[in-house]
Amino acid sequence: MLSEARCREIFDTVRRFGGEETEVFLEATRSALTRFANNTIHQNVAEEALHVSVRALVEGRTARATTNKTDEASLRRAAERALASARLQPRNPDLLPLPEPQSYFPVERFCEQTAGLTPDTRAEAVARVVKRADESGLVAAGIFSNTAVTQALLNSRGLFAFHTETRGEFSVTFLNGGSGWAKGNFTRAAHLDVEALAARACEKALANREPREIPPGRYTVILEPAAVLDLVGFLFYDFAATAVLDKRSCFTNRMGQKVFGDNISIYDDVYHPLQSGAPWDGEGIPRQAVQLVDHGDLCNLVYARHTARKMNALPTGHGLLLPNEYGEAPLNLVFAGGDTSLDEMIRTTERGILVTRLWYIREVDPYEKILTGMTRDGTFLVENGRVHHAVRNLRFNQSLKEMLNQVELLGPAVRAAGEESFEMVIPPMRVANFHFTEVTKY
Amino acid sequence: MRDWASWALDTAVARGATYADVRLLDARSRNLSTKNGTVGTVSESESLGLGIRVIADGAWGFAATDQLTREQISETAARAVAIARASARVKKKDVVLAPEQKITAVWKTPIEKDPFDVPLDALVDLLLRADQEMRRVAGVTLAEGSMAFARQEQLFLSTQGSEIRQTRLSSGAGLVATSFAEGEIQKCSYPNSFGGQHACAGYELIEGLQLVENAGRIAEEAVALHQAEQCPQGRRTIILGSSQLALQIHESIGHPIELDRVLGTEANFAGMSFLTLDQLGQLKYGSDIVNVVADARLEHGPGLGTFGYDDEGVPAQCIDIIKDGRFVGYLSSRETAPVIGLPRSGGTMRAESWNRIPLIRMTNVSLLPGTWSLDALLADTDDALYFETNRSWSIDDRRYHFQFGTEIAWEIKAGKKTRMLKNPSYSGITTEFWNSCDAICGRRHWTLWGTPNCGKGQPMQTMGTGHGAAPARFRNVLVGVAYAQ
Repeated sequence: MLSEARCREIFDTVRRFGGEETEVFLEATRSALTRFANNTIHQNVAEEALHVSVRALVEGRTARATTNKTDEASLRRAAERALASARLQPRNPDLLPLPEPQSYFPVERFCEQTAGLTPDTRAEAVARVVKRADESGLVAAGIFSNTAVTQALLNSRGLFAFHTETRGEFSVTFLNGGSGWAKGNFTRAAHLDVEALAARACEKALANREPREIPPGRYTVILEPAAVLDLVGFLFYDFAATAVLDKRSCFTNRMGQKVFGDNISIYDDVYHPLQSGAPWDGEGIPRQAVQLVDHGDLCNLVYARHTARKMNALPTGHGLLLPNEYGEAPLNLVFAGGDTSLDEMIRTTERGILVTRLWYIREVDPYEKILTGMTRDGTFLVENGRVHHAVRNLRFNQSLKEMLNQVELLGPAVRAAGEESFEMVIPPMRVANFHFTEVTKY
Repeated sequence: MRDWASWALDTAVARGATYADVRLLDARSRNLSTKNGTVGTVSESESLGLGIRVIADGAWGFAATDQLTREQISETAARAVAIARASARVKKKDVVLAPEQKITAVWKTPIEKDPFDVPLDALVDLLLRADQEMRRVAGVTLAEGSMAFARQEQLFLSTQGSEIRQTRLSSGAGLVATSFAEGEIQKCSYPNSFGGQHACAGYELIEGLQLVENAGRIAEEAVALHQAEQCPQGRRTIILGSSQLALQIHESIGHPIELDRVLGTEANFAGMSFLTLDQLGQLKYGSDIVNVVADARLEHGPGLGTFGYDDEGVPAQCIDIIKDGRFVGYLSSRETAPVIGLPRSGGTMRAESWNRIPLIRMTNVSLLPGTWSLDALLADTDDALYFETNRSWSIDDRRYHFQFGTEIAWEIKAGKKTRMLKNPSYSGITTEFWNSCDAICGRRHWTLWGTPNCGKGQPMQTMGTGHGAAPARFRNVLVGVAYAQ
């Protein structure tokens, strides 16, 4: 993996060939992923990769060039391409000079055990899952991955930011007649409980056989954290100040207004113990914890340096690597949870639908934030306080704005993993009047 | 560079691999964007690395590195074999590959003008001129333009003796005009949404798009949409413009015919397919006029699914998928072809880069042109909605139940295109939809669209696919559900 000293050496080489104002972003990744299906490991991969990304600034112009080589000729080529590309552009009046050195609040997110997971270790875990599938008359499919990543950002004004972390994922679907799914991601391998995830997915698959058709319409829904995550993940660019400036955010002209129900509070907080990521942004500005929604009131956005200047605000450390057209994004969303367990939500529901996960969610309307998508891998009718039977998958067309005004109950927030959004800290929710518009044939 | 690939193969065999292939890939890309009169992104990227795929103990392993020293390459090949041995701990049977001939070949995307030779300031200038045209229209709140170019030079070597050198080049560009007004965001794109048009072609593609000439029109339409009537709800005859039909093909034909999905190996993520093996040759997928091929050959056109050889070293082919409405073919690989009794792979395995394994990917999955002129089709239509340019798309994990939204629609009344409609959407069941097709426009209206952003696999891979389509008519389709109350 890249050391701090090696990052400085690479930067010094780039600097020799770059212009007066030069920034270098480095990322070294070592990752592996074991994939299984039909109770067999069918894909099993590993890679080592390095990116050296050079940004040049020349009199109000900027451009980026990237290479995956660290020999002098490659670094020189990247530096000169960035410089040449910058010089050929019109001047950008919003472009700021490189920031000065910053200080960062340390986060510890590297785990030797996660980094050191071997193909054999992963295969042993998969073998246990497959044994459970065989014993249950089911077929298992899923992944088990681990990654170690080092990132560094350096600039010619002396800024130096360095971060290293590990992450991993385990995900499993059991099938045969019905299907059930569970997924977890982790920084520390000790926090992964393969058996618990497999047990949950297996239980859902068995319960999901012979689903019955129910008519589309408005239902109370109990959304497990993965389902909530994949819906609210669609909000993350809307909190970007640039999106509001560009009038493409659903929060345009809604700043300071009550946008969601009283029980909804949303933060961006890279320092949260269940979060991941570096404590600095694409320009090396320290990330701040920002409250975005306070009991339903839209109270803040996130700002890159240049957007903050345009909007008379302070940068919050959420800028993306420059140059880019999106400005910034909150990458560490945390939803405040409640104290109602999932079991309690079910127990207190007269009639509703329990949703394990959602699939293929897309935005239908960007301002009303209407989303469409499907239920998948375990959708159940709840009646009189208990899970009654599985139901055929349903399509929803639901405004997120409306949904977050109809949240009746919140469970404890957890680090959730889905397939449509990056991981967040999210509670399960019971939501009234969720709009299912069509039903499938299975 | 050939030595690097050979070292990897030699090490893999020495460590016990019974089959191995190596892809050494040198990739270069250039991306630009503009936004409201300023430059958004300008970036250049190069990436050189090697991936080795092996079978050992009857199971797959893959490892990749960008550290191209003899020591590191040998270590990577040895790791691939060790990974395969770990895979073999959880297997039901050995991997068997369909036979394939040994090939020595060189193939290049034919281009007229290398986009990497076009001065950057000329590219920026073109986008900024189009940007200016969009912002001339009062009410446009966001004008965006983008261009993307990529070149991949690949050496493929396999233990079967194949040696294939292939250079693929792609170009693409597009514009978007967005208007925020009256609590509503409307946008129109040209020539297509989500990045515009992309093809395996040089800069001549961009020159032919006439971006500046079309910028004002989409800006005016985006603004006009605020005053348009809402798309109605109910069952209607619809006509799909060719770019929307291309995405309809991608989602409701291209994905379900992927044999890896059908056989369950994508079950945990991308999902499976309603096209179970018993449907082959039996299912009436569409009406009699529906004919679909998966054609990777140059003769089909410069699509994003056009190549000489796939990433298993199998030559590009044309596969019948739907013939006279009947489902007759899947997209296959060397591993999946024998499972359904095919003598050889359909040649559809492609990898995003050197650090990813090849997967079954759509090539150019195209609806063959029909016989109608667009004017005649409109004249023949009493009452319908004409949907143009995708805005949203969603389909279930078996690719059976879909919903699409488009940026704009037009009402057809008594053979004439009449009022504009906003927020249009339609939904349906894949086979019911394709069986309701009763008219397809001819070759003159047929475009081979590029979809540059198809995601699949874990780790995720993004791939470009091609889809030829001409406007077509469908009867009794459910419209307007996306906004139903």
